[in-house]
Amino acid sequence: MIRTLPRPSATSRLLLAITIPLALALLFPTVYLALRAAQVPLDDAADYLTRAGTLRVIGRSLLLVGAVSLASAAIGIPAAWLTARTDLRGRRVWTIALTVPLVIPSYVSALALVSAIGQRGFLQGWLAPLGVERLPSIYGFWGAWLSITLLAYPYVFLSARAGLKGLDPSLEEASRTLGRSAWETFRRVTMPQLAPSIMAGVLLVALYTLSDFGAVAIMQYNVFTRAIYLRLSLDLETAALLSMVLVALSVAILALANRIEQRGSTYYAQRSARAHQRIALGRWQLAAQAFLALIALLSLIAPLGVLSYWLINGLQHGETLADVIIPLQRSIRAAALAALASGVLALPFVLLQVRFPSRISQGLARAAYLGYALPGVVIALAFVFAGARALGALRDWFGMTDYRSLGLLVAAYVVRFIPQALGPARAGLLQVNPHLEESALTLGRNRTRVFASITLPLMRPGLVAGVAMVFLTAMKELPVTLLLAPSGYTTLATRIWSASSEAFYARAAAPALVLVLISALSLVYILDSDD
Amino acid sequence: MTETPAVTCHTLSKSFGPVRAVESVSFRLERGEFLALLGPSGCGKTTVLRMIAGLEQPDSGTISLAGQVVSDGHAFVPPDRRRVGLVFQDYALFPHMTVAENIAYGMARGRDRHGRMAELLALVGLDEYGGRYPRELSGGQQQRVALARALAPQPDVILLDEPFSNLDVALRTQVREDVQRIIHMAGVSAVLVTHDQDEAMSMADCIAVMFAGRIHQIGTPRALYEAPVSRQVAQFLGDANLIPGTARERVAETALGDLPLRTPADGAVEVLVRPEALILGDIPDGALATVQRTIYHGAHQIVWLVLADGTPLKAFAPADVEWQAGQQVRVTVRGAALAYPA
Repeated sequence: MIRTLPRPSATSRLLLAITIPLALALLFPTVYLALRAAQVPLDDAADYLTRAGTLRVIGRSLLLVGAVSLASAAIGIPAAWLTARTDLRGRRVWTIALTVPLVIPSYVSALALVSAIGQRGFLQGWLAPLGVERLPSIYGFWGAWLSITLLAYPYVFLSARAGLKGLDPSLEEASRTLGRSAWETFRRVTMPQLAPSIMAGVLLVALYTLSDFGAVAIMQYNVFTRAIYLRLSLDLETAALLSMVLVALSVAILALANRIEQRGSTYYAQRSARAHQRIALGRWQLAAQAFLALIALLSLIAPLGVLSYWLINGLQHGETLADVIIPLQRSIRAAALAALASGVLALPFVLLQVRFPSRISQGLARAAYLGYALPGVVIALAFVFAGARALGALRDWFGMTDYRSLGLLVAAYVVRFIPQALGPARAGLLQVNPHLEESALTLGRNRTRVFASITLPLMRPGLVAGVAMVFLTAMKELPVTLLLAPSGYTTLATRIWSASSEAFYARAAAPALVLVLISALSLVYILDSDD
Repeated sequence: MTETPAVTCHTLSKSFGPVRAVESVSFRLERGEFLALLGPSGCGKTTVLRMIAGLEQPDSGTISLAGQVVSDGHAFVPPDRRRVGLVFQDYALFPHMTVAENIAYGMARGRDRHGRMAELLALVGLDEYGGRYPRELSGGQQQRVALARALAPQPDVILLDEPFSNLDVALRTQVREDVQRIIHMAGVSAVLVTHDQDEAMSMADCIAVMFAGRIHQIGTPRALYEAPVSRQVAQFLGDANLIPGTARERVAETALGDLPLRTPADGAVEVLVRPEALILGDIPDGALATVQRTIYHGAHQIVWLVLADGTPLKAFAPADVEWQAGQQVRVTVRGAALAYPA
């Protein structure tokens, strides 16, 4: 609900003075790329975009997005139903096991697949004596599809599960007492209520797939992100043009997700305290266990197993764990800086949006949320583009010979990930009743002290969750790091990338396992603070 | 020829883990009768209702609807085949359907659905609201939609689970009367679950009082009020003064004097004296009491007194005499009283 404030207070003016330049800075990459893309003559642009090669890129992207979304729904929805509504044995364990794949970076998932059943994978090595000359190639569509699906389905799983749990059980009971069978009840009452949650999860998967770089790069499947990356060194203008198409698609998906979320939220009017009755699986118990075990095996146990195999293999052949320490420190430093900066910068946006709602504050918040629609490759491209332009000036004024720097890397992380801090921080602030602040004001504290003593402590859980989220995702980030980290600043992500692109799987295993472990720990932290 | 009862529950029991929610509950609901299950929250009354609807399965006991066994040791008829309407405490209106779609949801296909819909909307006074969504209605209107929806499949029995607890107190009396009228006009039997004795007394033909999973007493509102079987029931239905005393045959010796008893008793007892049975004034053989405070209610007043031995009393007195705190007054009891073993 948008209300305009009766009078612009000093506080709201101060917040506006902070957020307006910030929002402009966050908009910079998009605006800059758009301007650069606009410099391409219209005829050339039309010609390039309708070229067979470009159309194939668009087609592949859409095919991959569609296929991953479908597969994620096919895995996520039944898994959600089984863990939320039935007497499945080991529900808690299954829920965790099916959520954890979220923390596996896509390039690690792809690396595990390639290093197991690729041309130089160990399976080939084992099968060769048996006369198997060549395994079918994993590269291309199937490899990209499988590696992304196996780590993206938890988005559907989690949101369908939340939807199922949030549904008022008396709705289904009402349907039964009105003479409708269990199946009819599911179809006419449960599904329509659940559809928004499922769609929200599916759209997250679509967005993830569209923006993913790691898996498609390793699988050499030429979709938008990879095509843009490959064009970076050839022709920045057409790369900008492709980026604009990609951003437009992402924005469309986000807008759709937004609309569904708004429509869906009106459904959950009341919440009943009573829990749903669990459906007895009976003789289906075994089949359900087998289904979930297969998913967990493919998405979690197999990748970890493959990486462990290569780790041991590497240690036997002279790799040392000490090599991981410096990249680990660098990853943590860059991600922590980005997380802290995102948390601090999210505050003024959230305060303005929640406490001083108006058209302007909504617009500013939307600018900050744009990062959701910007794939890493696109942000990296904008910074590379602008950095290359500014290099002359940088050299003359500061004696810099390279625009890449830790500061630039962190700035790009913030643009990309600040939305992940905004969401939880906003939710945290929404839970702070403004009457608490007002009563503190009437008790003689000024605005600043009220903020420090009342608002900030109360919204802290949300803020901390958001900061942890940014840390988790920045740790895993690949394309921005690859293109903007200072020369020689090897992080876990870039080390895994370089080792796996040279098929030094044994060298990639240790950083990959460390990365997954740290990500898993921060996920546990986030899930814990959720309760 | 005797008609089969609409609902018969025989020795129903149900536990949730270690908690015995319902223990050996039995009652009959005749055709067209309105029964209230009355008790404090957590006494198991809602569980009884949900077992009748088929939403919970009893651990033991039998439920029959219109003479058909729907639940016993062997058979369990699912809720969709019981012809029982349930109005939920939170109404449970389908948020993605309009009022008309909600009401039509349980109707049989084919037959005159439009006519029936118009009839139901008129019955609950929502003729103009068929196209609205539940969230666009007030609490009272949602309540009536829930009732119309439950009546739509023409159930034999309608079950109401604390249906007025989400309404404003000011609205409640009106909605209660509406609901009672609608159910009466629809000619169905009804079971109301409530913790509000006013609600139970004003709506039901018959009340079953439940504590801790058991029915303590079943009867008409008058029978329950006038002859509660225990102190607990007496205190739950209306106000009760329980005065300690010693009984011999049909007389109890108490601080209020010798009180005649309706049934003979012996030994230590507590005597039930309703506030309206106390008579205050210049009565020669009355017991002496001191006025503590009064609340004026227009038609009557509530007077708190304390007897010489410290026993507190609550009395409803006519409003014409103004009592002052600290004033001495004489008190007697009208009619014969009930005594419970102490």
